[in-house]
Amino acid sequence: MSNFFDVFFRAVFLENLALAYFLGMCTFLAVSKKVKTTFGLGIAVIVVEAISVPVNNLLYNFILRDGAMAWAGLENLDFSYLGLLTQIAVIAAMIQVLEMVLNRFFPALYSTLGIFLPLLTVNCAILGASLFMVQRDLGFTESVAFGLGAGVGWALAIVMLAGLREKMKYSDIPEGLEGLGITFITTGLISLAFMGIAGLTF
Amino acid sequence: MTRKDSFIKPLLDENPITLHILGICSALAITNSLTSSLIMSVSLTTVLVMTNVAISLIRKHLPSSVRLIVQITIIASAVTVIDQILTAYLPDAAKTLSVYVALIVTNCIVLGRAEACAMKHGVVTSILDALGNGLGYSLILIVVAVIRELLGNGSLMGQSILKLVHEGGWYEPNAMMMLPPSAFFIIGFLIWGIRTWKPVQKEAADFKPVPLPDREKR
Repeated sequence: MSNFFDVFFRAVFLENLALAYFLGMCTFLAVSKKVKTTFGLGIAVIVVEAISVPVNNLLYNFILRDGAMAWAGLENLDFSYLGLLTQIAVIAAMIQVLEMVLNRFFPALYSTLGIFLPLLTVNCAILGASLFMVQRDLGFTESVAFGLGAGVGWALAIVMLAGLREKMKYSDIPEGLEGLGITFITTGLISLAFMGIAGLTF
Repeated sequence: MTRKDSFIKPLLDENPITLHILGICSALAITNSLTSSLIMSVSLTTVLVMTNVAISLIRKHLPSSVRLIVQITIIASAVTVIDQILTAYLPDAAKTLSVYVALIVTNCIVLGRAEACAMKHGVVTSILDALGNGLGYSLILIVVAVIRELLGNGSLMGQSILKLVHEGGWYEPNAMMMLPPSAFFIIGFLIWGIRTWKPVQKEAADFKPVPLPDREKR
């Protein structure tokens, strides 16, 4: 169990997808103007990550990986080169299903998420988490922790940035640096602060 | 827009990174060494040209309801090819780039150009547009990588340029340049520079600040 929390906290703080690996940056910079919207987006990312990473983990370990088809009597098959295609297909399909489920059972949450949900298909934070899971050879429980942690970490980072940007609306920024430029520098400063946590071990 | 425009414009005037904020993830992540940036630039440009040609060829037979799925599948196949080639012939580079080559699939530049250009134009224009955008992306990547590697490690492409202190030289490397935050700062300042030079690219402000009243009136 301690391993579960280790992977979780690592994914949230030390290896924050947004601030240490720059994943999901396009959405991160483009949609971080209001805290309220980022909150909805953050929840969507957490849900999608927490489901897609474990699902991809099962698929990879039981079907794609070298020799994984042994249970079906086919020891010599290696489908790992299909990994990328499968993962993106799983993510796209899952988001479609999630959209229908939310629309039917949680209409309030569905309308909060709005356009963000389908857009998450091409969010690199989602695909990146699955790719890192494969690269680090995580087991099933660890992949649940990693998916959850990666989502929480990303959500935390974008809500923080939106909070700062809301305050910064009233500040006098040098010409040419307004908008995108200052957002980059702010993100850099947040990322610098997160680097400070790197010395801690859980 | 003429064919020449579709090649020249993305280089600076409509740069995918600094104006459209597309494809930033990889631009920030792998720029701590010039070699990996070059490999990444070549990979992205190749994928971009391959997908733009493929999509432009089939654009008239593609029903718009399923076009995104088809586009993503084409992109993912092209990226898989590049990924396999890199793993086979440049295993060290593939290791350093880790997941970022595979992440070209979700690089918004590729899907963005497929949607915005390849779906509407012929093959030649699509190729030029892909090359232009690929080079625009490469340009930013190379500038950032040169700054980061030179100041962070005193070298370019692994060749020592500024001699480091612990090797008996004079240059004390700036370790922060190797860490993620520096990439944010450098791109932030690049955008500042470009927008000061070309004010057209500035975003419209959300609101105008009210000027403070004169001191006497207060």
